[in-house]
Amino acid sequence: MSGSSSIVTMKKVVQQLRFEANINRVKVSQAAAELQQFCIQNAVQDPLLTGVSSSTNPFRTQKVCSFL
Amino acid sequence: MGEMEQLRKEAESLKDDITAARKAVQDLTLQDHVAGTAVVGRVQLKTRKTLRGHLAKIYAMHWGTDSKLCVSASQDGKLIVWDSYSTNKVHAIPLKSSWVMTCSYAPSGNMVACGGLDNMCSIYNLKAKDGNVKVMRELAAHTGYLSCCRFLSDSEIITSSGDCTCLLWDIETGTEKTVFAGHLGDCMSLGVAPDFNTFISGACDFTAKLWDIRDGQCRQTFGGHESDINAIGFFPNGNAVITGSDDASCKLYDLRSDQELITFQDSSIMCGVTSLAPSLSGRLLLAGYDDFNCNIWDTLKAERVGVLSGHDNRVSCIGVTPDGMACCTGSWDSFLKIWN
Repeated sequence: MSGSSSIVTMKKVVQQLRFEANINRVKVSQAAAELQQFCIQNAVQDPLLTGVSSSTNPFRTQKVCSFL
Repeated sequence: MGEMEQLRKEAESLKDDITAARKAVQDLTLQDHVAGTAVVGRVQLKTRKTLRGHLAKIYAMHWGTDSKLCVSASQDGKLIVWDSYSTNKVHAIPLKSSWVMTCSYAPSGNMVACGGLDNMCSIYNLKAKDGNVKVMRELAAHTGYLSCCRFLSDSEIITSSGDCTCLLWDIETGTEKTVFAGHLGDCMSLGVAPDFNTFISGACDFTAKLWDIRDGQCRQTFGGHESDINAIGFFPNGNAVITGSDDASCKLYDLRSDQELITFQDSSIMCGVTSLAPSLSGRLLLAGYDDFNCNIWDTLKAERVGVLSGHDNRVSCIGVTPDGMACCTGSWDSFLKIWN
C-alpha cells in the first residue's frame, strides 16, 4: 500500500521524539555556571587568550642557541 | 481519525512537550549568569606563517594531534600535509577526484582521509614501509557527497554526507558499522566529543543532532537556526555544542539542559558562517565567514573581541591546535594562515 511506508516513517519520527522528550534536563543556572567555571579554570592555559611570548612561540622564527 | 493523522498529532504534541520541558529548566539565562563578568579584552592575533602551495580553493584543513603537522584539501586535487612550524610540505598527495570537500588527520598521525563529490571517503596510509603514500581504503556507500569525516582511531572513521546520513566505518574491512539516520537535509559537518562516545552533526534541515556512536541512537536535536548549518564543534568540556550557519549566526547549545544558551550575531554581519573552532578554554570562539574574515567572539558574553583579516577570499575552514597555541585558517584564496 502506498501509504504504509510513510506510516512506518512517521512512527519512527514519533518514537524518536518520545525518546528526546524523556531525557533528563539540568537547570540552565547549573549548566551556565559549569560553562563559565570551565572557561575560568582553563583561561590561564589558553594561549590565544593570554598571548604567546615570542620565546615560547613555536611559530616565531628564532635564532638557535646552543651550549657548547 | 486516520492513523497518519493520529501520528502527526502525537508528533506535534511531543514537540510541544520538549519545548515545555526546556522552558521548565530555564531558571536563569546564560546572559543573566555572566552579567557580572567582564568581556575579554581585544584579541589581536597576527599571521605567523602563510602556507603556500595549493593552486586552487582550499576547502578543508585539520590539525594533527602533535599541534605541528596539519593536512589541507584543495580542489587543485591535492592533499598537503604541512609542517606548520617550518612551512615545509611533508607530503603532497595527488587525489583521484579533485572535487574534495573534507579532510581529516588520524589521532595517531598514521593516516589521513578525504572525500567530496565522489561520494567516497579515501583513507591514505602515511607510514607505508616503502615511504610512498597510497590509498589504503576507499569507503563507498554514501549516495551523496562526503561533507566531513573524522577518525576515531586507525580502525574507525565517521563520515557525514549530502545523502542526509552519517556513517561509522570499520576501516580494516572497508564496511559500514552503523548508520545515523534522522536528518531531513544534507549533513554538512560533524564533530566528535572529547570522550569519543558521541558525535554531533549539523545539517541543511537547520538542526544539529547528538548521536551515541555505539548504539546509533540520536539522543538530542537542536533547532533555532534559520538556514543551513555549515559548521559544528564541541565546546572543549564536551557539554556544549557550537554551530555556524548560513543565517549569519553561531549558536551555543548546552547538552545537559538541552537548549540553546546563546547566539553570536551582529547586525553588521550578513553573510554565512563557514567554519568555527573554540580556543582551548572555550572562552574564545573563532568563526570563518563568507566575507573573507574570521571573527573572534567572547563565548560567554557573545561580543566580538577580534577579527582575523588577511585572506582575499572566503575563509572555508579553521582549526585551533590541540595544544591551543595557534589557529589555522584556510581560504578560497588558496592559502592557509597560522595565527597567534
